[in-house]
Amino acid sequence: MENRPLEYDYTVAKMFMVTTIVLGIVGMSIGVFIAFELAFPGLNTILGSGLAEYTNFSRLRPLHTDAVAFGFTVSGIFATWFYVGQRVLKVSMAESKFLMFIGKLQFWLYIIGVAAAVVSLFMGYTSSKEYAEFEWPVDIAIVVVWVLWGVSIFGLIGIRREKSLYISIWYYIATFLGVAMLYLFNNMEVPTMLATSAAGESGIGSWFHSVSMYAGTNDALVQWWYGHNAVAFVFTVPIIAMIYYFLPKESGQAIYSYKLSLLSFWGLMFVYLWAGGHHLLFSTVPDWMQTMGSIFSVVLILPSWGSAINMLLTMKGEWQQVAASPLIKFMVLASTFYMFSTLEGPIQAIKSVNAIAHFTDWIVGHVHDGTLGWVGFMIIAALYHMAPRVFKREIYSKKLMATQFWVQTLGIVLYFTSMWIAGITQGMMWRAHDEFGNLAYSFIDTVDVLHPYYALRGTGGLFYLIGFFMFAYNIYKTMSARPVEEHELQNASPMGA
Amino acid sequence: MNIAEIQAYGYFAITVFMTVALYAYIYHLYKNRKDADGHDYEEYSNLVLNDDIGDTMVKPISDKKEK
Repeated sequence: MENRPLEYDYTVAKMFMVTTIVLGIVGMSIGVFIAFELAFPGLNTILGSGLAEYTNFSRLRPLHTDAVAFGFTVSGIFATWFYVGQRVLKVSMAESKFLMFIGKLQFWLYIIGVAAAVVSLFMGYTSSKEYAEFEWPVDIAIVVVWVLWGVSIFGLIGIRREKSLYISIWYYIATFLGVAMLYLFNNMEVPTMLATSAAGESGIGSWFHSVSMYAGTNDALVQWWYGHNAVAFVFTVPIIAMIYYFLPKESGQAIYSYKLSLLSFWGLMFVYLWAGGHHLLFSTVPDWMQTMGSIFSVVLILPSWGSAINMLLTMKGEWQQVAASPLIKFMVLASTFYMFSTLEGPIQAIKSVNAIAHFTDWIVGHVHDGTLGWVGFMIIAALYHMAPRVFKREIYSKKLMATQFWVQTLGIVLYFTSMWIAGITQGMMWRAHDEFGNLAYSFIDTVDVLHPYYALRGTGGLFYLIGFFMFAYNIYKTMSARPVEEHELQNASPMGA
Repeated sequence: MNIAEIQAYGYFAITVFMTVALYAYIYHLYKNRKDADGHDYEEYSNLVLNDDIGDTMVKPISDKKEK
Protein backbone atom coordinates (compact mmCIF):
# COMPACT_ATOMS: atom_id res chain seq x y z
CA MET A 1 0.00 0.00 0.00
CA GLU A 2 2.87 2.34 0.78
CA ASN A 3 4.71 1.39 -2.40
CA ARG A 4 3.13 4.04 -4.61
CA PRO A 5 5.82 5.94 -6.51
CA LEU A 6 6.60 9.37 -5.14
CA GLU A 7 4.70 12.21 -6.83
CA TYR A 8 4.72 15.95 -6.55
CA ASP A 9 1.93 17.16 -4.30
CA TYR A 10 0.06 20.18 -5.66
CA THR A 11 -2.55 20.58 -2.90
CA VAL A 12 -1.36 24.02 -1.79
CA ALA A 13 -0.65 25.12 -5.37
CA LYS A 14 -4.26 24.30 -6.28
CA MET A 15 -5.61 26.30 -3.34
CA PHE A 16 -3.68 29.37 -4.43
CA MET A 17 -4.75 28.86 -8.06
CA VAL A 18 -8.33 29.32 -6.89
CA THR A 19 -7.55 32.57 -5.04
CA THR A 20 -5.55 33.83 -8.03
CA ILE A 21 -8.65 33.51 -10.21
CA VAL A 22 -11.22 34.71 -7.64
CA LEU A 23 -9.21 37.72 -6.49
CA GLY A 24 -8.34 38.49 -10.11
CA ILE A 25 -12.04 38.70 -10.91
CA VAL A 26 -12.72 40.85 -7.83
CA GLY A 27 -9.81 43.25 -8.40
CA MET A 28 -10.32 43.61 -12.15
CA SER A 29 -14.09 44.07 -11.84
CA ILE A 30 -13.59 46.90 -9.36
CA GLY A 31 -10.95 48.33 -11.71
CA VAL A 32 -13.34 48.37 -14.66
CA PHE A 33 -16.09 49.91 -12.53
CA ILE A 34 -13.91 52.75 -11.24
CA ALA A 35 -12.54 53.35 -14.75
CA PHE A 36 -16.12 53.99 -15.88
CA GLU A 37 -16.69 56.16 -12.80
CA LEU A 38 -14.00 58.49 -14.09
CA ALA A 39 -15.69 58.63 -17.49
CA PHE A 40 -19.25 58.82 -16.15
CA PRO A 41 -19.16 60.43 -12.67
CA GLY A 42 -22.84 59.58 -12.07
CA LEU A 43 -21.68 56.03 -11.31
CA ASN A 44 -20.12 57.28 -8.08
CA THR A 45 -23.60 57.48 -6.58
CA ILE A 46 -25.07 54.49 -8.44
CA LEU A 47 -26.64 53.12 -5.23
CA GLY A 48 -27.93 56.51 -4.12
CA SER A 49 -26.20 59.27 -2.20
CA GLY A 50 -26.78 57.47 1.09
CA LEU A 51 -24.45 54.66 0.03
CA ALA A 52 -22.09 56.90 -1.96
CA GLU A 53 -19.48 56.38 0.73
CA TYR A 54 -19.07 52.78 -0.46
CA THR A 55 -19.36 53.33 -4.19
CA ASN A 56 -17.23 56.40 -4.82
CA PHE A 57 -13.91 56.25 -6.65
CA SER A 58 -11.70 57.08 -3.72
CA ARG A 59 -13.12 54.32 -1.51
CA LEU A 60 -12.86 51.68 -4.24
CA ARG A 61 -9.52 52.58 -5.79
CA PRO A 62 -7.32 51.05 -3.03
CA LEU A 63 -9.53 47.96 -3.16
CA HIS A 64 -8.73 47.65 -6.87
CA THR A 65 -4.97 48.16 -6.54
CA ASP A 66 -4.59 45.98 -3.45
CA ALA A 67 -6.82 43.20 -4.83
CA VAL A 68 -4.89 42.92 -8.09
CA ALA A 69 -1.44 43.34 -6.51
CA PHE A 70 -1.71 41.53 -3.19
CA GLY A 71 -4.64 39.32 -4.16
CA PHE A 72 -4.31 38.22 -7.79
CA THR A 73 -0.56 38.64 -8.26
CA VAL A 74 0.63 37.45 -4.85
CA SER A 75 -1.70 34.42 -5.06
CA GLY A 76 -0.22 33.71 -8.48
CA ILE A 77 3.28 33.95 -7.00
CA PHE A 78 2.36 31.52 -4.21
CA ALA A 79 0.56 29.12 -6.58
CA THR A 80 3.53 28.97 -8.96
CA TRP A 81 6.04 28.67 -6.11
CA PHE A 82 4.26 25.62 -4.69
CA TYR A 83 4.40 24.12 -8.19
CA VAL A 84 7.78 25.22 -9.57
CA GLY A 85 9.60 24.95 -6.23
CA GLN A 86 8.95 21.23 -5.90
CA ARG A 87 9.77 20.45 -9.51
CA VAL A 88 13.11 22.18 -9.91
CA LEU A 89 14.30 21.10 -6.46
CA LYS A 90 13.03 17.55 -7.19
CA VAL A 91 11.35 17.13 -3.86
CA SER A 92 7.67 16.56 -3.09
CA MET A 93 5.60 18.42 -0.50
CA ALA A 94 4.24 14.96 0.35
CA GLU A 95 7.64 14.12 1.82
CA SER A 96 7.28 16.60 4.64
CA LYS A 97 4.19 16.76 6.82
CA PHE A 98 5.61 19.89 8.42
CA LEU A 99 5.96 21.80 5.13
CA MET A 100 2.51 20.65 4.05
CA PHE A 101 1.06 21.96 7.31
CA ILE A 102 2.91 25.28 6.98
CA GLY A 103 1.70 25.63 3.37
CA LYS A 104 -1.93 25.09 4.33
CA LEU A 105 -1.61 27.35 7.36
CA GLN A 106 -0.14 30.03 5.10
CA PHE A 107 -3.13 29.68 2.77
CA TRP A 108 -5.80 29.99 5.47
CA LEU A 109 -4.08 32.88 7.21
CA TYR A 110 -3.79 34.54 3.82
CA ILE A 111 -7.55 34.14 3.36
CA ILE A 112 -8.17 35.70 6.78
CA GLY A 113 -5.76 38.53 5.93
CA VAL A 114 -7.50 39.16 2.60
CA ALA A 115 -10.93 39.21 4.27
CA ALA A 116 -9.69 41.66 6.92
CA ALA A 117 -8.09 43.86 4.26
CA VAL A 118 -11.18 43.92 2.06
CA VAL A 119 -13.59 44.66 4.91
CA SER A 120 -11.42 47.34 6.52
CA LEU A 121 -10.70 49.15 3.26
CA PHE A 122 -14.37 48.97 2.29
CA MET A 123 -15.31 50.46 5.64
CA GLY A 124 -12.86 53.27 4.97
CA TYR A 125 -10.09 52.34 7.42
CA THR A 126 -6.85 53.27 5.75
CA SER A 127 -3.40 54.46 6.71
CA SER A 128 -3.51 56.58 3.51
CA LYS A 129 -0.20 55.34 2.13
CA GLU A 130 -0.54 54.22 -1.47
CA TYR A 131 -0.26 50.41 -1.85
CA ALA A 132 0.29 50.27 1.94
CA GLU A 133 -3.21 51.28 3.04
CA PHE A 134 -3.73 48.46 5.51
CA GLU A 135 -3.92 49.35 9.21
CA TRP A 136 -1.38 47.75 11.52
CA PRO A 137 -3.39 44.66 12.63
CA VAL A 138 -3.74 43.65 8.96
CA ASP A 139 -0.05 44.42 8.40
CA ILE A 140 0.86 42.00 11.16
CA ALA A 141 -1.28 39.27 9.60
CA ILE A 142 0.47 39.87 6.27
CA VAL A 143 3.89 39.65 7.91
CA VAL A 144 2.96 36.30 9.48
CA VAL A 145 1.79 34.95 6.09
CA TRP A 146 5.03 36.14 4.54
CA VAL A 147 7.19 34.53 7.22
CA LEU A 148 5.31 31.24 6.69
CA TRP A 149 6.05 31.49 2.98
CA GLY A 150 9.72 31.96 3.87
CA VAL A 151 9.56 28.78 5.97
CA SER A 152 8.12 26.98 2.93
CA ILE A 153 10.81 28.28 0.58
CA PHE A 154 13.80 27.57 2.78
CA GLY A 155 12.22 24.38 4.16
CA LEU A 156 11.80 22.97 0.66
CA ILE A 157 15.31 24.07 -0.28
CA GLY A 158 16.56 22.36 2.89
CA ILE A 159 15.19 18.95 1.88
CA ARG A 160 15.93 19.19 -1.85
CA ARG A 161 17.57 16.46 -3.92
CA GLU A 162 18.89 18.71 -6.67
CA LYS A 163 21.87 20.60 -5.36
CA SER A 164 21.80 23.58 -7.73
CA LEU A 165 19.15 26.20 -7.31
CA TYR A 166 17.58 26.95 -10.67
CA ILE A 167 17.44 30.66 -11.62
CA SER A 168 13.70 30.85 -10.83
CA ILE A 169 14.43 29.87 -7.23
CA TRP A 170 16.85 32.78 -6.98
CA TYR A 171 14.10 35.10 -8.15
CA TYR A 172 11.58 33.65 -5.66
CA ILE A 173 14.10 34.09 -2.82
CA ALA A 174 14.71 37.68 -3.94
CA THR A 175 10.94 38.28 -3.93
CA PHE A 176 10.70 36.95 -0.40
CA LEU A 177 13.60 38.99 0.95
CA GLY A 178 12.79 42.15 -1.01
CA VAL A 179 9.14 42.37 0.01
CA ALA A 180 9.94 41.47 3.63
CA MET A 181 12.39 44.35 3.91
CA LEU A 182 10.22 46.88 2.05
CA TYR A 183 7.00 46.02 3.83
CA LEU A 184 8.48 46.21 7.32
CA PHE A 185 10.23 49.53 6.83
CA ASN A 186 7.40 51.31 5.05
CA ASN A 187 4.75 50.17 7.51
CA MET A 188 6.49 51.38 10.65
CA GLU A 189 3.52 53.12 12.22
CA VAL A 190 2.25 54.38 15.56
CA PRO A 191 -1.37 53.83 16.68
CA THR A 192 -2.97 57.25 17.18
CA MET A 193 -4.16 56.13 20.63
CA LEU A 194 -0.56 56.47 21.83
CA ALA A 195 -0.26 60.03 20.58
CA THR A 196 -0.71 63.14 22.66
CA SER A 197 -2.48 66.20 21.31
CA ALA A 198 -0.92 69.66 21.34
CA ALA A 199 -3.10 70.48 24.34
CA GLY A 200 -1.64 67.55 26.26
CA GLU A 201 -4.65 65.20 26.06
CA SER A 202 -3.75 61.55 25.59
CA GLY A 203 -5.65 58.38 24.73
CA ILE A 204 -7.90 60.23 22.29
CA GLY A 205 -7.00 58.35 19.13
CA SER A 206 -8.05 54.84 18.12
CA TRP A 207 -6.24 51.58 18.72
CA PHE A 208 -6.31 50.37 15.11
CA HIS A 209 -5.75 53.64 13.28
CA SER A 210 -2.14 54.66 12.96
CA VAL A 211 0.15 57.27 11.50
CA SER A 212 3.48 56.73 9.79
CA MET A 213 6.55 56.82 11.99
CA TYR A 214 8.27 59.04 9.41
CA ALA A 215 7.26 62.60 8.69
CA GLY A 216 7.18 64.90 5.67
CA THR A 217 9.81 64.38 2.98
CA ASN A 218 11.30 61.39 4.79
CA ASP A 219 7.90 59.71 4.72
CA ALA A 220 7.62 60.40 0.99
CA LEU A 221 11.07 58.94 0.40
CA VAL A 222 10.41 55.75 2.33
CA GLN A 223 6.97 55.48 0.73
CA TRP A 224 8.34 55.62 -2.83
CA TRP A 225 11.34 53.49 -2.05
CA TYR A 226 8.65 51.00 -1.04
CA GLY A 227 6.13 51.88 -3.77
CA HIS A 228 8.52 51.50 -6.66
CA ASN A 229 10.14 48.39 -5.24
CA ALA A 230 6.72 46.85 -4.75
CA VAL A 231 6.65 47.05 -8.56
CA ALA A 232 10.09 45.46 -8.54
CA PHE A 233 9.50 42.62 -6.11
CA VAL A 234 5.82 41.87 -6.77
CA PHE A 235 5.35 42.75 -10.45
CA THR A 236 8.79 41.99 -11.87
CA VAL A 237 11.08 39.65 -9.94
CA PRO A 238 8.58 36.81 -9.24
CA ILE A 239 7.12 37.13 -12.75
CA ILE A 240 10.61 36.63 -14.18
CA ALA A 241 10.84 33.57 -11.92
CA MET A 242 7.70 32.28 -13.63
CA ILE A 243 8.75 32.93 -17.22
CA TYR A 244 12.18 31.33 -16.66
CA TYR A 245 10.37 28.15 -15.73
CA PHE A 246 7.20 28.08 -17.80
CA LEU A 247 8.47 29.26 -21.20
CA PRO A 248 11.34 26.75 -21.50
CA LYS A 249 9.11 24.00 -20.10
CA GLU A 250 6.10 24.63 -22.34
CA SER A 251 8.24 25.08 -25.47
CA GLY A 252 10.72 22.30 -24.66
CA GLN A 253 13.60 24.70 -25.40
CA ALA A 254 16.63 25.24 -23.19
CA ILE A 255 17.03 28.85 -22.05
CA TYR A 256 18.95 30.78 -24.72
CA SER A 257 21.68 31.71 -22.24
CA TYR A 258 21.77 30.63 -18.63
CA LYS A 259 24.77 32.91 -18.08
CA LEU A 260 22.75 35.90 -19.23
CA SER A 261 20.05 34.97 -16.72
CA LEU A 262 22.60 35.12 -13.87
CA LEU A 263 23.94 38.41 -15.11
CA SER A 264 20.53 40.05 -15.41
CA PHE A 265 19.56 38.76 -11.99
CA TRP A 266 22.41 40.58 -10.24
CA GLY A 267 21.97 43.61 -12.45
CA LEU A 268 18.29 43.85 -11.54
CA MET A 269 18.98 43.41 -7.83
CA PHE A 270 21.61 46.15 -7.71
CA VAL A 271 19.86 48.69 -9.86
CA TYR A 272 16.15 48.40 -9.05
CA LEU A 273 16.39 49.41 -5.39
CA TRP A 274 17.66 52.92 -6.25
CA ALA A 275 15.20 53.83 -8.97
CA GLY A 276 12.25 54.78 -6.73
CA GLY A 277 13.38 58.40 -6.49
CA HIS A 278 11.82 59.04 -9.92
CA HIS A 279 8.40 59.12 -8.23
CA LEU A 280 9.52 62.27 -6.40
CA LEU A 281 10.95 64.31 -9.28
CA PHE A 282 10.27 68.04 -8.82
CA SER A 283 9.32 67.47 -5.18
CA THR A 284 11.03 68.47 -1.93
CA VAL A 285 13.52 65.59 -1.83
CA PRO A 286 17.19 66.55 -2.44
CA ASP A 287 18.03 67.22 -6.06
CA TRP A 288 20.86 64.68 -6.20
CA MET A 289 18.43 61.99 -5.08
CA GLN A 290 16.03 62.87 -7.88
CA THR A 291 18.90 62.70 -10.38
CA MET A 292 19.98 59.36 -8.96
CA GLY A 293 16.40 58.06 -9.35
CA SER A 294 16.43 59.13 -13.01
CA ILE A 295 19.83 57.64 -13.79
CA PHE A 296 19.16 54.31 -12.12
CA SER A 297 15.83 54.10 -13.94
CA VAL A 298 17.56 54.48 -17.29
CA VAL A 299 20.27 51.94 -16.37
CA LEU A 300 17.46 49.56 -15.40
CA ILE A 301 16.73 49.02 -19.10
CA LEU A 302 19.81 46.76 -19.32
CA PRO A 303 18.96 44.01 -16.81
CA SER A 304 15.27 44.15 -17.75
CA TRP A 305 15.98 43.70 -21.43
CA GLY A 306 18.59 41.08 -20.54
CA SER A 307 15.84 38.85 -19.15
CA ALA A 308 13.27 39.69 -21.81
CA ILE A 309 15.63 39.15 -24.76
CA ASN A 310 16.81 35.92 -23.17
CA MET A 311 13.20 34.72 -23.22
CA LEU A 312 12.52 35.80 -26.79
CA LEU A 313 15.77 34.18 -27.99
CA THR A 314 14.78 30.98 -26.18
CA MET A 315 12.18 30.70 -28.96
CA LYS A 316 14.91 30.99 -31.63
CA GLY A 317 14.15 28.61 -34.48
CA GLU A 318 10.90 27.62 -32.80
CA TRP A 319 8.68 30.54 -33.78
CA GLN A 320 6.13 28.22 -35.35
CA GLN A 321 5.21 27.34 -31.75
CA VAL A 322 4.11 30.93 -31.19
CA ALA A 323 1.71 30.65 -34.09
CA ALA A 324 0.51 27.21 -33.08
CA SER A 325 0.04 27.56 -29.32
CA PRO A 326 -2.02 30.27 -27.62
CA LEU A 327 -0.22 29.40 -24.38
CA ILE A 328 3.16 30.29 -25.90
CA LYS A 329 1.55 33.42 -27.38
CA PHE A 330 0.65 34.60 -23.88
CA MET A 331 4.24 34.20 -22.71
CA VAL A 332 5.89 35.72 -25.77
CA LEU A 333 3.57 38.72 -25.60
CA ALA A 334 4.21 38.94 -21.84
CA SER A 335 7.96 39.27 -22.38
CA THR A 336 7.34 41.70 -25.24
CA PHE A 337 5.18 43.85 -22.96
CA TYR A 338 7.89 43.57 -20.34
CA MET A 339 10.38 45.05 -22.80
CA PHE A 340 7.93 47.71 -23.82
CA SER A 341 7.09 48.67 -20.25
CA THR A 342 10.71 48.71 -19.11
CA LEU A 343 11.57 51.07 -21.95
CA GLU A 344 8.59 53.32 -21.31
CA GLY A 345 9.32 53.60 -17.57
CA PRO A 346 12.89 54.91 -17.96
CA ILE A 347 11.69 57.39 -20.60
CA GLN A 348 9.11 58.74 -18.13
CA ALA A 349 11.80 58.94 -15.44
CA ILE A 350 13.93 61.37 -17.49
CA LYS A 351 13.40 64.77 -15.85
CA SER A 352 12.34 66.68 -18.95
CA VAL A 353 9.82 64.00 -19.97
CA ASN A 354 8.62 63.73 -16.39
CA ALA A 355 7.85 67.45 -16.37
CA ILE A 356 4.98 66.57 -18.72
CA ALA A 357 4.20 63.04 -17.57
CA HIS A 358 4.12 63.49 -13.77
CA PHE A 359 0.63 63.09 -12.24
CA THR A 360 -0.94 62.42 -15.65
CA ASP A 361 -2.75 59.39 -17.04
CA TRP A 362 0.33 58.40 -19.02
CA ILE A 363 1.70 56.97 -15.76
CA VAL A 364 -1.51 55.00 -15.28
CA GLY A 365 -1.13 53.72 -18.84
CA HIS A 366 2.47 52.67 -18.15
CA VAL A 367 1.51 50.75 -15.02
CA HIS A 368 -1.24 48.95 -16.90
CA ASP A 369 0.73 47.85 -19.95
CA GLY A 370 3.12 46.31 -17.42
CA THR A 371 0.50 44.73 -15.20
CA LEU A 372 -2.06 43.66 -17.81
CA GLY A 373 0.45 42.72 -20.52
CA TRP A 374 3.34 41.34 -18.52
CA VAL A 375 2.10 40.31 -15.06
CA GLY A 376 -1.46 39.30 -16.02
CA PHE A 377 -0.48 37.40 -19.17
CA MET A 378 2.36 35.56 -17.45
CA ILE A 379 0.22 34.47 -14.49
CA ILE A 380 -2.55 33.38 -16.86
CA ALA A 381 -0.03 31.38 -18.92
CA ALA A 382 1.45 29.83 -15.77
CA LEU A 383 -1.96 28.67 -14.56
CA TYR A 384 -2.83 27.31 -18.02
CA HIS A 385 0.41 25.31 -17.98
CA MET A 386 -0.18 24.08 -14.42
CA ALA A 387 -3.86 23.14 -14.85
CA PRO A 388 -3.37 19.95 -16.91
CA ARG A 389 -0.58 18.85 -14.57
CA VAL A 390 -2.39 19.44 -11.29
CA PHE A 391 -5.77 18.11 -12.52
CA LYS A 392 -4.30 15.42 -14.83
CA ARG A 393 -6.68 16.61 -17.54
CA GLU A 394 -6.26 18.40 -20.85
CA ILE A 395 -7.05 22.12 -21.06
CA TYR A 396 -10.73 22.36 -21.89
CA SER A 397 -10.55 24.53 -25.00
CA LYS A 398 -7.70 25.81 -27.14
CA LYS A 399 -10.09 27.91 -29.20
CA LEU A 400 -11.42 29.67 -26.12
CA MET A 401 -7.85 30.32 -24.98
CA ALA A 402 -6.96 31.84 -28.36
CA THR A 403 -10.09 34.02 -28.30
CA GLN A 404 -9.24 35.14 -24.79
CA PHE A 405 -5.74 36.06 -25.95
CA TRP A 406 -6.97 38.32 -28.74
CA VAL A 407 -9.78 39.90 -26.69
CA GLN A 408 -7.36 40.73 -23.89
CA THR A 409 -4.64 41.96 -26.24
CA LEU A 410 -7.13 44.33 -27.84
CA GLY A 411 -8.15 45.45 -24.35
CA ILE A 412 -4.54 46.27 -23.41
CA VAL A 413 -3.95 48.17 -26.65
CA LEU A 414 -7.09 50.26 -26.08
CA TYR A 415 -5.99 50.87 -22.51
CA PHE A 416 -2.47 52.13 -23.08
CA THR A 417 -3.09 54.07 -26.30
CA SER A 418 -5.99 56.01 -24.72
CA MET A 419 -3.88 56.73 -21.65
CA TRP A 420 -0.94 57.94 -23.75
CA ILE A 421 -3.11 60.45 -25.54
CA ALA A 422 -4.96 61.43 -22.36
CA GLY A 423 -1.75 61.79 -20.36
CA ILE A 424 0.17 63.89 -22.85
CA THR A 425 -2.91 66.06 -23.53
CA GLN A 426 -3.33 66.58 -19.80
CA GLY A 427 0.36 67.38 -19.27
CA MET A 428 0.42 69.90 -22.11
CA MET A 429 -2.81 71.59 -20.98
CA TRP A 430 -1.66 71.91 -17.37
CA ARG A 431 1.52 73.65 -18.47
CA ALA A 432 0.07 75.89 -21.18
CA HIS A 433 0.14 79.57 -20.34
CA ASP A 434 -0.18 82.93 -22.06
CA GLU A 435 2.56 85.55 -22.49
CA PHE A 436 1.97 86.86 -18.96
CA GLY A 437 2.27 83.45 -17.35
CA ASN A 438 -1.46 82.99 -16.70
CA LEU A 439 -2.58 79.39 -17.09
CA ALA A 440 -4.41 78.85 -20.36
CA TYR A 441 -6.77 76.20 -19.01
CA SER A 442 -8.60 75.46 -15.79
CA PHE A 443 -8.65 71.90 -14.42
CA ILE A 444 -12.21 71.24 -15.62
CA ASP A 445 -11.16 72.04 -19.21
CA THR A 446 -8.84 69.02 -19.12
CA VAL A 447 -11.59 66.83 -17.65
CA ASP A 448 -13.84 67.77 -20.58
CA VAL A 449 -11.22 66.94 -23.18
CA LEU A 450 -10.29 63.63 -21.54
CA HIS A 451 -13.82 62.18 -21.46
CA PRO A 452 -13.60 60.08 -24.68
CA TYR A 453 -10.23 58.62 -23.67
CA TYR A 454 -11.56 57.67 -20.24
CA ALA A 455 -14.50 55.92 -21.91
CA LEU A 456 -12.04 54.10 -24.20
CA ARG A 457 -9.89 53.08 -21.24
CA GLY A 458 -12.93 51.68 -19.45
CA THR A 459 -13.80 49.71 -22.60
CA GLY A 460 -10.24 48.35 -22.85
CA GLY A 461 -10.43 47.26 -19.22
CA LEU A 462 -13.79 45.65 -19.85
CA PHE A 463 -12.31 43.62 -22.75
CA TYR A 464 -9.54 42.41 -20.48
CA LEU A 465 -12.07 41.47 -17.78
CA ILE A 466 -14.23 39.57 -20.29
CA GLY A 467 -11.09 37.67 -21.34
CA PHE A 468 -10.39 36.92 -17.71
CA PHE A 469 -13.85 35.40 -17.30
CA MET A 470 -13.10 33.18 -20.35
CA PHE A 471 -9.91 32.13 -18.56
CA ALA A 472 -11.78 31.31 -15.34
CA TYR A 473 -14.37 29.30 -17.28
CA ASN A 474 -11.68 27.44 -19.24
CA ILE A 475 -9.84 26.46 -16.05
CA TYR A 476 -13.11 25.47 -14.37
CA LYS A 477 -14.06 23.21 -17.30
CA THR A 478 -10.53 21.76 -17.37
CA MET A 479 -11.25 20.12 -14.00
CA SER A 480 -13.71 17.79 -15.76
CA ALA A 481 -12.10 17.57 -19.23
CA ARG A 482 -10.51 14.50 -20.85
CA PRO A 483 -8.06 12.77 -18.51
CA VAL A 484 -4.49 12.64 -19.85
CA GLU A 485 -1.54 10.29 -19.48
CA GLU A 486 1.74 11.32 -17.87
CA HIS A 487 3.64 11.25 -21.20
CA GLU A 488 1.33 13.91 -22.66
CA LEU A 489 2.50 16.35 -20.01
CA GLN A 490 6.19 16.48 -20.92
CA ASN A 491 6.27 19.85 -22.67
CA ALA A 492 3.45 21.40 -24.71
CA SER A 493 0.26 21.29 -22.66
CA PRO A 494 -2.50 19.05 -24.02
CA MET A 495 -5.52 21.07 -25.15
CA GLY A 496 -9.00 20.16 -26.35
CA ALA A 497 -10.36 21.81 -29.48
CA MET B 1 36.88 68.76 2.06
CA ASN B 2 33.20 69.08 3.00
CA ILE B 3 30.62 66.30 3.16
CA ALA B 4 29.26 67.03 -0.34
CA GLU B 5 32.70 66.60 -1.86
CA ILE B 6 33.27 63.35 0.03
CA GLN B 7 29.89 62.13 -1.20
CA ALA B 8 30.78 63.03 -4.77
CA TYR B 9 34.13 61.18 -4.66
CA GLY B 10 32.44 58.25 -2.94
CA TYR B 11 29.72 58.18 -5.59
CA PHE B 12 32.32 58.22 -8.39
CA ALA B 13 34.43 55.51 -6.74
CA ILE B 14 31.44 53.23 -6.17
CA THR B 15 30.23 53.70 -9.75
CA VAL B 16 33.66 52.75 -11.10
CA PHE B 17 33.90 49.80 -8.73
CA MET B 18 30.43 48.49 -9.64
CA THR B 19 31.13 48.84 -13.36
CA VAL B 20 34.44 47.00 -13.08
CA ALA B 21 32.83 44.31 -10.90
CA LEU B 22 29.99 43.81 -13.38
CA TYR B 23 32.31 43.52 -16.41
CA ALA B 24 34.64 41.25 -14.44
CA TYR B 25 31.68 39.00 -13.64
CA ILE B 26 30.64 38.90 -17.32
CA TYR B 27 34.23 38.13 -18.34
CA HIS B 28 34.47 35.42 -15.68
CA LEU B 29 31.19 33.77 -16.74
CA TYR B 30 32.00 33.69 -20.42
CA LYS B 31 35.68 32.77 -20.09
CA ASN B 32 35.26 29.91 -17.61
CA ARG B 33 31.89 28.73 -18.97
CA LYS B 34 31.84 26.32 -16.02
CA ASP B 35 31.17 26.91 -12.34
CA ALA B 36 33.42 25.87 -9.46
CA ASP B 37 32.02 22.30 -9.59
CA GLY B 38 32.91 21.91 -13.25
CA HIS B 39 29.36 22.16 -14.56
CA ASP B 40 28.75 24.13 -17.72
CA TYR B 41 26.35 26.92 -16.74
CA GLU B 42 24.15 26.09 -19.72
CA GLU B 43 23.52 22.59 -18.31
CA TYR B 44 21.36 24.17 -15.64
CA SER B 45 18.60 24.68 -18.21
CA ASN B 46 18.02 20.96 -17.77
CA LEU B 47 16.73 21.65 -14.26
CA VAL B 48 13.52 22.67 -16.04
CA LEU B 49 13.52 20.35 -19.02
CA ASN B 50 14.04 17.23 -16.88
CA ASP B 51 12.06 18.10 -13.80
CA ASP B 52 10.03 14.96 -13.16
CA ILE B 53 10.74 13.49 -9.77
CA GLY B 54 12.41 10.44 -11.32
CA ASP B 55 14.46 12.34 -13.96
CA THR B 56 18.24 12.38 -13.94
CA MET B 57 19.55 15.14 -11.78
CA VAL B 58 21.95 17.82 -12.97
CA LYS B 59 23.83 17.83 -9.68
CA PRO B 60 22.45 15.54 -6.97
CA ILE B 61 22.74 16.75 -3.40
CA SER B 62 24.46 13.50 -2.44
CA ASP B 63 27.42 14.31 -4.75
CA LYS B 64 29.39 15.73 -1.87
CA LYS B 65 28.97 12.72 0.33
CA GLU B 66 30.11 10.34 -2.40
CA LYS B 67 33.37 12.21 -2.97
